Amino acid sequence: MIPAAFDYLRAHTADEAFAYLQQHGAEARVLAGGQSLIPAMRFRLARPAVLVDINSLSDLSYLRINGTVLAIGAIARDSDIERAPWIGERRWSLIHDTSRVVADPVVRQMGTVVGSLCHNDPAGDWTTTALASRAAVVVRGQGGTRKVPIDEFLVDSFATAVGEGEMALGAEFPVPDDRTAGSYQKVERKVGDYATAAAAVQVSLNADGTIRAAGVALSAAGACAVRVGEAERLLVGQKPSAALIRAAADAASTRSQPQADLRGTVEYKKHLAGVLVARGLGQALARLGGQA
Amino acid sequence: MKITLTVNGTKYERDVEPRTLLAYFLREECGQTGTHVGCDTSSCGCCVVVLDGERAVKSCAMFAVQAEGHEILTVEGLAAGGTLHALQQGFWDQHGLQCGYCTPGMLLTSYALLKHNASPSEADIREGLSGNLCRCTGYQNIVKAVQQAAGVLRQPAAVAV
Repeated sequence: MIPAAFDYLRAHTADEAFAYLQQHGAEARVLAGGQSLIPAMRFRLARPAVLVDINSLSDLSYLRINGTVLAIGAIARDSDIERAPWIGERRWSLIHDTSRVVADPVVRQMGTVVGSLCHNDPAGDWTTTALASRAAVVVRGQGGTRKVPIDEFLVDSFATAVGEGEMALGAEFPVPDDRTAGSYQKVERKVGDYATAAAAVQVSLNADGTIRAAGVALSAAGACAVRVGEAERLLVGQKPSAALIRAAADAASTRSQPQADLRGTVEYKKHLAGVLVARGLGQALARLGGQA
Repeated sequence: MKITLTVNGTKYERDVEPRTLLAYFLREECGQTGTHVGCDTSSCGCCVVVLDGERAVKSCAMFAVQAEGHEILTVEGLAAGGTLHALQQGFWDQHGLQCGYCTPGMLLTSYALLKHNASPSEADIREGLSGNLCRCTGYQNIVKAVQQAAGVLRQPAAVAV
């Protein structure tokens, strides 16, 4: 269970990290929190020839609200989010919920949000929440820095829009308005296991109580996290009701394409996806003071 | 690759392969075998050490080269001058262990937990220790041990270790 040998390069600036990645291309992987990469290397599922360690790049450890976006640097830890002074505000409830169920509390001391997005595990939590939040990832490439919407960023299992020699510098989550709440619902056999199923939802209301915007996404329901566009379309413009929640949950269940494994059958996981979306919508609306 | 790091206050300078995991570095290069390797896949928490005085990390999911210039606290560094740390005393008094294999990780995770939250509720303790597995105790006495230690460490007379 010892990883294959690799060359270790410690970057001291983002420019240096980028130069190393440009130099080594597909041979190289970025080492951020390492909480997925290092176990994968130990199982020899990953055998990068070069690791570029970005943990010394303190200028990428930021976690700050810049006007309309929450900017999360490439080495901001999951535990930084849990402890952020604003995290208790209702508008951040989806991100708050998520930050408390990623892996386990010790893994979250090292694990990073951006690393999780780049890893793009089919059962990832941050990828799912990023979809429901309509986040974007800031990627540096040869042609400069570009902002990639999360729907384009998540390409396939363990594959993202970060190309050879490129580097994700950070993620941007839009700051939700006051009348927004969310919920992250996850079923796992034990803390730290892969999700059997999980759902991220976020809802914004108009002053008249109708739904202005909705984000609904599922984890462990496809090659990577999936947006349930049908549920979002059903919700927007409507007044929340039990029937509406039921319809959105059914859409999620239909959209879910899970793999059968020891955690459950396809049928069970599809059912669970609907249950979790219904619970999530109920909780988000309850947080907004409306009917659940 | 040459690295220098501090373990329990002692500086170690060693030449290591980059693929050497911190857990193995501590055990084999520093002789600090209190850091246990359980699952070897960052699930069980037996290998938890404290990085720079406040962050609990799983040393089987970190390379030794990443610890360059950092300070590591292992279970061997908890007791001061032959006096058990309040957490160790708590585990002793409350019977917070049976076989003892998970105990170093439990102690160090709890150490970091109390650094961030001096008055944790029972739920906080259970949540904070949810990345550490114990197959003997059923956790009851571990929770009591941490509660006892938190109480002792909150006393004004308590010496911060």
